[in-house]
Amino acid sequence: MNKILIGRYIAGDSIVYKMDPRGKLVATILFIFVIFLANNPATYAILTIFSLVAVAATKLNGKVFWDGVKPIIWLILFTSLLQLFFTVGGKVYWQWMMLAVSSYGIINAIYIFIRFTLIVLISTVMTVTTMPLEIADAIEWLLTPLKLFKVPVDKIALVMSIALRFVPTLFDQTFKIMNAQRARGADFNNGGLITRAKAITPLLVPLFISSLETAIDLATAMESRGYRGDQGRTRYRILQWSLYDLINLVYFIILVILLLIFRTH
Amino acid sequence: MSIKFQKVSYVYSQGSPLEKKGLDNVSFELKDNSFTAIIGHTGSGKSTLMQHFNALLKPTSGQIEIAGSLITPETTDKHLKKLRRHVSLVFQFPETQLFENTVLDDIAFGPKNFGYDSEKAKASAQRWLDRVGLPKDIANRSPFELSGGQMRRVAIAGVLAYEPEILCLDEPGVGLDPRARAKMMQLFFEYQKAGHTIILVTHNMDDVAEYADDVLVMEKGRLIKHDVPQKIFNDRSWLKKHYLDEPRASLFASQLTNYTFTDLPLTKKELIAGIKYNLRK
Repeated sequence: MNKILIGRYIAGDSIVYKMDPRGKLVATILFIFVIFLANNPATYAILTIFSLVAVAATKLNGKVFWDGVKPIIWLILFTSLLQLFFTVGGKVYWQWMMLAVSSYGIINAIYIFIRFTLIVLISTVMTVTTMPLEIADAIEWLLTPLKLFKVPVDKIALVMSIALRFVPTLFDQTFKIMNAQRARGADFNNGGLITRAKAITPLLVPLFISSLETAIDLATAMESRGYRGDQGRTRYRILQWSLYDLINLVYFIILVILLLIFRTH
Repeated sequence: MSIKFQKVSYVYSQGSPLEKKGLDNVSFELKDNSFTAIIGHTGSGKSTLMQHFNALLKPTSGQIEIAGSLITPETTDKHLKKLRRHVSLVFQFPETQLFENTVLDDIAFGPKNFGYDSEKAKASAQRWLDRVGLPKDIANRSPFELSGGQMRRVAIAGVLAYEPEILCLDEPGVGLDPRARAKMMQLFFEYQKAGHTIILVTHNMDDVAEYADDVLVMEKGRLIKHDVPQKIFNDRSWLKKHYLDEPRASLFASQLTNYTFTDLPLTKKELIAGIKYNLRK
């Protein structure tokens, strides 16, 4: 379980780290839409180059990104293969019943492969270089307009930061309880589906109980420190736009303009 | 059937960006039926070392001989149940592991896992409920209705109920009131005298002085000293250098400048005897 990279922050000190999380988050979300602007080899090449530059700008070991892609490599390959065998049109190279490899199919498969990989790469760039709490702040900022519709954005933000804060704690707790039950003979890895589902009770019951207890303790501690959940609470972590975010923005705009110029209409 | 660590090293999440060294070339041998204390700073590798005793962690290099099993980096999970039957581990705050509907079922969980039939498991659970000093009538109550100290005792009974030969304890007394603490330590001491081996991780030097007959001192993942308590606590400057405390009795003795002690008193009993001897002179 140590291999999961989603939500994992790796400390570093490159230009990407200094960017404002809001800018990074918005750019990442927009990137997923922008990627659909590409529709010919030139635009895909531009996208790939721009993404690789972003990856390089993190100055992190390339292995980190491979770890990000690895868990879903099978999904990517599967989708690409479906495209390869089921796309009709163009020159047909090979055919067997419904399956056919055509020139369109090959191109589509390559496009899909690039698209998927780039989305994973760019979102890895964001999650790896941004602390979870910063992401929560950025999401809060994005949600602010919803205040007009009476959505309790402050409370949602608080819930998010508490949830993020307790992810590692709960992970630790889970491993601790698992180990404790293993020490008295519980077996989490063997047996059929039903045996395994049953074996998880000694893990889940204590985990639920300790989460509830933590929640009660935390609520009391927050109240005793003057939290009332009302308006009028100030904020300590303030996000600040900087020159680096301008770079981020300009870089993104150049990408979009290039894509618009080179895409086939 | 002694416990033997040979050049054991352990690295957390090896090969990932978060790699961290936990144990560094640790070698030692413990005798059967001994009471060993592991002391050292927070983060010195005590808990990491502990989890090697019943192979919750397997060494990244080196090998461990324990209770007739050999653990190497290549050991698979398949045969570990036999080892865990003989070597048990009580984590810090073990009350977090309770989950069954009744206290008795929870204590019987371990024995059942290790092949006791239901009848025998219940009987053993009942016996250990009594031995840890809990009243009989709580046997059928939910463990979550109990106080923190009672829950701790239930959890410890649950580990003792299949009578492992080697019992490893990680700070079992933390968070208990003084009397419950003393009772619990006494229980472990009796368990050792009944022919079992105990390994205790602790920050409490009085416990080390009182019960241990062997001490391992850890620092930064390395074993820096392995000796009897008397020798460990005799070298005051060495203790200071490694940020370790000494037992209250020896600290008190060091204040009595015009008294002479043949051996440095480590426990209250020895201290009293020493003072009496000096007064009589």
